[in-house]
Amino acid sequence: MSNPTSDTAGTRGNILAVNAPEAPGTVERKGLTKKEIAADHPTWCPGCGDFSVLALYFKLIEKRKLWHEKITTVAGIGCSSRFPYFVQGHGAHFIHGRALPFASGISLSRPDLHVFVFGGDGDAFSIGGNHFNHTARKNIKMTYVVMDNWVYGLTKKQTSPTSPLGFKSKTDIWGAVDHPINPMKQAISAGATFVARTTHTNPNHVLAMMEAAMDHDGFSFIECLSECVEFYEGAFDASNPRKGGVFNLVPADHDVTDEHAAYKLADTPFPGYFGLFYKNSKRATKNALETNINTDAQSRVQGQKSWQILQKNFDRSK
Amino acid sequence: MSDSIATATPTGGTPKVSKIQEAIIRIAGNSQDGIQAIGGFLARLAGRSEQEVMTFMTIPSTISGGPSIFQVRVGTGEVLSSGDDADVLLAFYQHSYDDHVASLKKGGIVLYDSDHVSEIPEENKSVYRHVPIPISGLTVEAIGGTAKDKGKNIFALGLLAKMFDLNIPKLEKLINERFTGKDNSIAQNALMAFHAGYGYSLGGIIETFQFAEAQKAKERPQVVMNGNEALGYGLIAAGVRFGAGYPITPWSDIMELLRRELPKYGGTFVQCEDEIASVSMAIGASYGGRVAVTGSSGPGVSLKTEALGWAVMAEMPLIIIDVQRGGPSTGMPTNVEQSDLNIACFGGHGDSPRVVIAPADVEDCFYTAIEAVNIARKFSVPVILLTDQGIATRIEAFSEPDLEKICQDISPDLSPRPDHKPYDLNAPDGITRHLAPGTPILSGKYPITTGLEHDEMGHPTGSPKLHASMTAKRRMKLQALSRELPRPRVYGPPEGNILLVGWGSTQGPIKEAVERARKAGDSVSAVHIKYLFPLPEGLDEIFAAFNHVFVVEMNDEGLYGYGQLAGLLRARFCDPKIRGINKVDGLTWKVRDILDRAESAVSHGMKKL
Repeated sequence: MSNPTSDTAGTRGNILAVNAPEAPGTVERKGLTKKEIAADHPTWCPGCGDFSVLALYFKLIEKRKLWHEKITTVAGIGCSSRFPYFVQGHGAHFIHGRALPFASGISLSRPDLHVFVFGGDGDAFSIGGNHFNHTARKNIKMTYVVMDNWVYGLTKKQTSPTSPLGFKSKTDIWGAVDHPINPMKQAISAGATFVARTTHTNPNHVLAMMEAAMDHDGFSFIECLSECVEFYEGAFDASNPRKGGVFNLVPADHDVTDEHAAYKLADTPFPGYFGLFYKNSKRATKNALETNINTDAQSRVQGQKSWQILQKNFDRSK
Repeated sequence: MSDSIATATPTGGTPKVSKIQEAIIRIAGNSQDGIQAIGGFLARLAGRSEQEVMTFMTIPSTISGGPSIFQVRVGTGEVLSSGDDADVLLAFYQHSYDDHVASLKKGGIVLYDSDHVSEIPEENKSVYRHVPIPISGLTVEAIGGTAKDKGKNIFALGLLAKMFDLNIPKLEKLINERFTGKDNSIAQNALMAFHAGYGYSLGGIIETFQFAEAQKAKERPQVVMNGNEALGYGLIAAGVRFGAGYPITPWSDIMELLRRELPKYGGTFVQCEDEIASVSMAIGASYGGRVAVTGSSGPGVSLKTEALGWAVMAEMPLIIIDVQRGGPSTGMPTNVEQSDLNIACFGGHGDSPRVVIAPADVEDCFYTAIEAVNIARKFSVPVILLTDQGIATRIEAFSEPDLEKICQDISPDLSPRPDHKPYDLNAPDGITRHLAPGTPILSGKYPITTGLEHDEMGHPTGSPKLHASMTAKRRMKLQALSRELPRPRVYGPPEGNILLVGWGSTQGPIKEAVERARKAGDSVSAVHIKYLFPLPEGLDEIFAAFNHVFVVEMNDEGLYGYGQLAGLLRARFCDPKIRGINKVDGLTWKVRDILDRAESAVSHGMKKL
């Protein structure tokens, strides 16, 4: 970090005006290759659904030419939240359940970056449940992929907030008794402006959802079913045609701007539907609303340096 | 005090005018009476004159109503505390009179609203001078029947203006400034109430008082504000442009100020869903490249400790403001206490060294905020700024800072780097340097920021050797900071019988205690510790020069008989002469109490041995 400098040179401390300088030779830059994006070898168990999500994130970065200096990868705690270590790029592995507020701090202060957040169902709907609701309602621009495996995997098989009734875990040896959270209903009712559902067994669909989420100006949420082969094997077989299940796309006549229709769709019993359930492009992001507040406030102090603006407050205190 | 009202000797004829050095005025009423406004006007006026000023306020934690007081001490020369006993009590109700008459000096003056105060105990009449004034009735008379209780504060201000021969044009200007923008008739009514109070004839009952002229004019103009404001402005001057918080008294003022002011500088303050989100969001913004702020009071600070631990582990700069209040739990939300030192220094699991600093007065809040930001950046570490309810709501006058020189720009540097290793074990003093996201790293090797124990690139490790060396690295940078900190200076002679040790808002009363004791021929000095964690060097030498070391704190004496700073100092210096003078009544220290407690703790008296 640079040393503090006096702002007399006229460089106003405008945090929203930060622009990353272009790296040398960016004119004809190619998308990054998998080799350039991959970092540590994932610590996940062989066969884990999370591998598929990671591979598709790499694909997204490559396809959409997301360079290192344009993105940040953030996660909380859990198996899936190990994600940032496997991605070569700026990233942070924050505390359990709080990845969203951390990501909000980046999103709101660094408009030049796209923030991707990855996590699991415990992070999103249990310990971080309240943050999920508020980040959604505030429509803070970022993409949030929840790799939902219906179980606590890192701590070795306890009931999760999305575990279905009757699921036998170490904390419910007789089968889960608490009504599970429906992530899609939760997201829609919290006011998320982009709500999609996918599953790790359909790579093309995962990538399509990630692309659409990234292009959405607002809080974009994807629930990606991601099987835990160690502690909940076969959980999602009913959604996997290769295992005799059905992969039903959201019906073609579904109106993604209709919140009630989306909620109804989300209520369909498992395996339910996959695709974009709800999208609201009209509601402004918090990022935009705060920028408006700033533009308005700054128009009143135009041409003044920071110290001169502050001086006015001191003059009023005399 | 020979130079105060209680014993001032009238000079001149009729009306009698007494010259005074200072006055302590306590205004007692209910919280909705606008008594803070009277105090605010007096403080402002003093700031625009050459007088020093300090205030002390208690506000009930109820939403509306409830007894409330405002004490203002105005003086010529340095004012260090809000004063032990008042010269004048202005009582609006019977309960105000009953609860506060004992706070007057003997011979002090009680102005009371005779429309509400009817019972004056016979034994009080010979001790205090009572001046009945039908304040409520006269206010209604002055500004019309609908006014009810409104405006009697301004009427009372008029009374005080008369009594203390205050500068009327300046006060009128202040009243106009305060009520501008509102309905014009409000300012008119206020001025009418003011002049009704000013015109009320006090002449036959008591003399008027005049403050002595200041010895020399101040070099810079005075500004008048409370500690929360000074702190908020300090953060802005330091270049902070992002903050996040959750409402809790008495921290909320700072967040409201930042929410209102930051947009002018292109910054943002976010009101979050809870305390944990606030600290997490601030850390996220710090990670974004510019140190950010969060803050709280009481229980909110407890909630932030897990994320604080992350900032320690990830070595992320961060400012956490803790405006201390009475605890534990919801405790005493609107009372002063210094009982968060332990959580500030040690709160959280694991070995998690961080920096703790406490400003000593309102002016110091401004400069300490800047210092906290610069320490956080230089050492890549979270800094907790411990202020308290006493400083937060206290209004003081101080010399206007030279903002053009002080304001700094701390925008992140995103220029490309060939390579980067944030947690470099060979870095000078073990200080981590982070690159903000968005910075191209030409080697293609990007570091990660994490709460897991990590290697030099931030990748997780289970290596016992790395955990040991990284733990040492996080400790050693604060040991380096300790060596850089200014050595504390003794107030009074550098050796003697008794040394009073203080931190935070107790600096003023402790200094005044030293002065009073020395006037009485006692050997008492003081040292104020601003940098609490890590401690600066040189304290052991200071302690060695005194027979007794008393740590004066507003917290409990604890299980083993020592307050929180006393415990820290004993752990640090293993010096059995360190003892505590503690209290937890939710009020600021009285000078007299400090000295009485010190005297009763030493068997051979306070004179030099």
